[in-house]
This record gives sequence, C-alpha cells and structure tokens, in this order.
Amino acid sequence: MIEIDNVSFRHGVAPVLQDVTLLLPKGGLTALVGPNGAGKSTLFSLMARLLKLQSGEIRFDGMDVATTTSMELARKIAILRQDTHVTARLTVRDLIGFGRFPHHRGRPGPDDEEMIEKGLELFELSGLSERYIDELSGGQRQRALVAMAYVQDTDYLLLDEPLNNLDMHFARTLMKQLRYLADRYGKTIVVVLHDINYAAAYADRIVALKDGRLSAQGTPEEIMTADCLGALFDMEIVIETVRGRRIALHHAG
Amino acid sequence: MTRTRDRSKRLQGVPAGLFWLAGPVLAGLVVASLLTGVADLDLDGRFSGEAVELLLVSRLPRTLAALLSGASLAVAGTIMQMLARNRFVEPTTAGTAECAALGLLLVTLLLPSSSLFIKMIVASASALAGTALFVTLIRRLPPTQPLMIPLTGIVFGSVVGSVVMFIAYETDLLQYAGVWMTGEFSGVVKGRYELLWGSGAALVIAYVFADRFTIAGMGKDVSVSLGLNYRQVLWIGLLIVSQITAFTVITVGMLPFVGLVVPNIVRRTMGDNTRQVLPLVALTGGALVLASDVIGRLIRYPYEIPAATIFGVAGTAIFLWLLFSRQAQRG
Repeated sequence: MIEIDNVSFRHGVAPVLQDVTLLLPKGGLTALVGPNGAGKSTLFSLMARLLKLQSGEIRFDGMDVATTTSMELARKIAILRQDTHVTARLTVRDLIGFGRFPHHRGRPGPDDEEMIEKGLELFELSGLSERYIDELSGGQRQRALVAMAYVQDTDYLLLDEPLNNLDMHFARTLMKQLRYLADRYGKTIVVVLHDINYAAAYADRIVALKDGRLSAQGTPEEIMTADCLGALFDMEIVIETVRGRRIALHHAG
Repeated sequence: MTRTRDRSKRLQGVPAGLFWLAGPVLAGLVVASLLTGVADLDLDGRFSGEAVELLLVSRLPRTLAALLSGASLAVAGTIMQMLARNRFVEPTTAGTAECAALGLLLVTLLLPSSSLFIKMIVASASALAGTALFVTLIRRLPPTQPLMIPLTGIVFGSVVGSVVMFIAYETDLLQYAGVWMTGEFSGVVKGRYELLWGSGAALVIAYVFADRFTIAGMGKDVSVSLGLNYRQVLWIGLLIVSQITAFTVITVGMLPFVGLVVPNIVRRTMGDNTRQVLPLVALTGGALVLASDVIGRLIRYPYEIPAATIFGVAGTAIFLWLLFSRQAQRG
C-alpha cells in the first residue's frame, strides 16, 4: 500500500502541491493524470525520493521514504523518469543488468542472470542484447530502460510518462506489458500519463491532480465522464462509448 | 546456456583480441625500456653485478614509474568522464593538475622543511578542492553543449596555472613549476618514485567502485533508483582522481592527454561499462606512456625528450582523429 499523507511542496514561494492525501492499495495499475502544471511530476519525484519532502509523509508498505535507506527502498521501488537520458555507451544487456545492482551490489549470481534473460525476453530485446544503447532507436532505448526497472524486481514500479518517445505500436505494447506485470506478478504500478484514453484503457484506478490538489480519483468508469474531465482540464470533452470502451474526444471539437 | 554462448562470443571478439595484442606489446616495451639508456648494459653471457644494479636502481624503477603513471592517469580520466558525463574531461582539462601544482608550490614556499608526506597531503587536498570547484562550475552549463565543459575546465586550469607561474616567478621557483607540469622519467631512480605505488592502490580502489561509477554515469535519477548514494560516489571518484593526479605531479610531473586519449580509444571498441574496460584502460595507458618514454630516450640519443612532450604530440594527433572520425560517423 502506498500512503501519501498531507504532502505539500513549494518551489520558492509558488505552491506546487497542497495537502495531497492519497491511499493506493497494493496491486493494480494506477494512472496519475492532470493538466500541465498540476503537480504530477512533482508528486512522482517525491514518491520516488528524487525530491526531498518538505511537509507530509509518503510510505510504501509502511516504509517511510524520508527515513528508509535508499538501498532498502531500491529493493522496494523501481523508478523511471521521462527524461532519463543515458549517455554511457553500454550494451542493452549490461544496462538491464544494472537493474540488479540493489540485489547483488556488484557481484551478480545465477538468479541475476536469469532475471536479466527474463527481462530481455519480456520486452523483446533478446535480439538486441549485445547492441550498444546509443545505436538504438528512441523506442528501443525506452523499452530497455523499462526492462531495467523490471529486473529490479520490486513490488512497486513508478513510471513518469513512459509513452513519451513511443509510437502507437510500442505505446500499446508497453501498456500491455505493464498490465501483464500487474496481473501476473501482482506488482503495484503507478504511471504518470498524458493521454487520458490510455489511462482509461489500461488502468485500474485513475488519480487526477489539478492545481496541486487532488481533484478526483476512482475507476476509469467514474473518471471518464464529461463532467469530471471537463472540470479537470477546463474544456468541453465529449465522451463516446466505442466497442464498450469510453473514449474521450479531446483532440477536436 | 544462451548466456554462456553470448559471453564467449564477446570475449573472442575485439576486446579479447586487444588483450592478446596488449600483452606481447607491453612485454616488448618493458624489455625495450630496460635495455634503452645511455649507460651500457653489458648483458653478453652473464649478468654482471653492475648491470643488475643498473637495472634495479634505474631502469626498472623508470619502467615501473611510466607504467604506473600512465595506467593511473588513464583510469583517472575514465572516472572523471563517467562522473562528469562528458568525454572530454581529464585531470588537465578540469584544472586538477594545476590545482595540485598550486598546493605543492604553496607548501614548498610556506613550509619548506615539511616531509614528502605532508606535501603529498596538501597537493591532493588542493587538487580535490579544485576539482570539486570545477564540478560545481559545470553544473551550471547547458548539457546540450558538451564542449563547454572542457573549455571551462581549460580556462579554469589556465587561470590557476598562471597563478602558479606568477608565484613561482616571484619566488624563484619557476624551475620546480616546470618540472611538475612536464612529465618525464629521467630523474626516476630507486627511492624516488615509490609514491606512485599510491596511484597503484588508487587503481585497485577504482576497480572496487567500478559499477558504482558506471551507475553514477547514468545520471542522478538512475543512481537514486538503484539505491546508490550519488554524492558519496562522486566524492570517492574525485578523491581517487585527485590522489592519482597529486602522486603523478609530485613524482614525475603531469602527463597531459593520457586521461583523455586512452579512455576514448578503449570506449570505441568496448563501450563504457567501467568494470569491463578498466583493466584495458590501465594497460593501454601504461603501454602508451612507456612507449612515449622509450621513444623520448631514443629520438635524440643520448639526449632525452620528456615523455609528456612525445605523448602530447602523438596524443593530439590521435585525439583529432577520434574527434573527426566520430563526426564522420554521425554525418
């Protein structure tokens, strides 16, 4: 369970997050949505301990991010930022292998090798395993980074806009893979998403932020209404049901 | 199973080939270095006592000094490039060497009777402070302009270097300053190079932390995600680099470009996984510096040209080639 308790954050004097309190149960895929500047990435960074908490508390299964050692948290939470840009010239296999570092701390054993093989296979990277990441396309590199977070083998997986560099094909594949990780391995996944339709199609829960406050949370059915999304994004959004799925027609109108 | 196959394929490829090549080349260089010199090494038939003494007192220490300083500077360059996430930084393009010289100059002036140990401490502390300042400076630079970082470092190093020269000029210590900044091995005899084993120890420590340097090289976010204490790794890296630089400046003088050229050559074939490349980086650095020293001894025999000068000329050529061939690759 992720407990976010009364979290506020300000950049200088400007408040970015105000009194956010949120409980996310263990298991399932949660999408964090909201307009630009709503504080999604800040909340993500606080959960991922990339930013220091100013007030409030965040706990993963009771482990307080402010007081638990980083190494211990690295075996509990894997994170991937949207602007992760690895300049080092590493092979795909070596890059993914570093995801095992919190477990082996420099001395990989057979379990680590096995996990790396699984990661390569699951993210369809086996054929690219000996290629250097600077020779890959943006989408392939993104997949390698997600695979690296996967082999970290944590209960929690936090991803900040992982679909950014991906075309439709890989975006859908990645969301399906995240869904699979949640269903098959019971992982708790939190994804910051821009596209509300991806959130509706793959998430169990949608959490909406607006102006640094919690604006709405619920199942996709509860959030995907004209009223709720209209209020969230300050625009008129038509919701249509196509083949049993609710689709927000937000791109034209 | 597939794993083993992949590994062996890679080991039989270029990197393994390089290792097999490096071994005999290095052995040949060591023999050449032991046999090259003004004093006659009479080896026909039997070892005379004199010849053995010449070998043990002069030629062997000189050879070891070249190997140790070359290997450690190349490794220092690798670590700096990882931590700065920039391929163009090394101890002389980040002000580290100049700051070590400044510390050494000040301690020579202010505490002339201090022991070598004290001098060493002051020089490495000064190198560490200077490099930390450089790291703080480059944080403010735009990441889209990779050449800004070494340019800033060179300007910073030149400013510190000018201060060193000015103080040295005013206090009649110019000769010392010249010796510190131009690496050469003619003065190396038994008893006057052993500090360089400190660099050897720093190499071992660098190898222990190799994975952490690679992770730090992937950026702060990845480091945090993998549970690494980023600041701690950064400081350990800076400490290793400033130790190596200070040891080199005090014993044989600075060898510019070693830390720049060697890691860039090795990276082209073996990539950036520090644990994998470190042995080859050290081997190549040692071999190239030793080769420079042997060439410097032969080119105007019986006079000598400093190894730093030879390496500077050859290193510049190699570096230009690396720079232009990389552009060609991209274009």
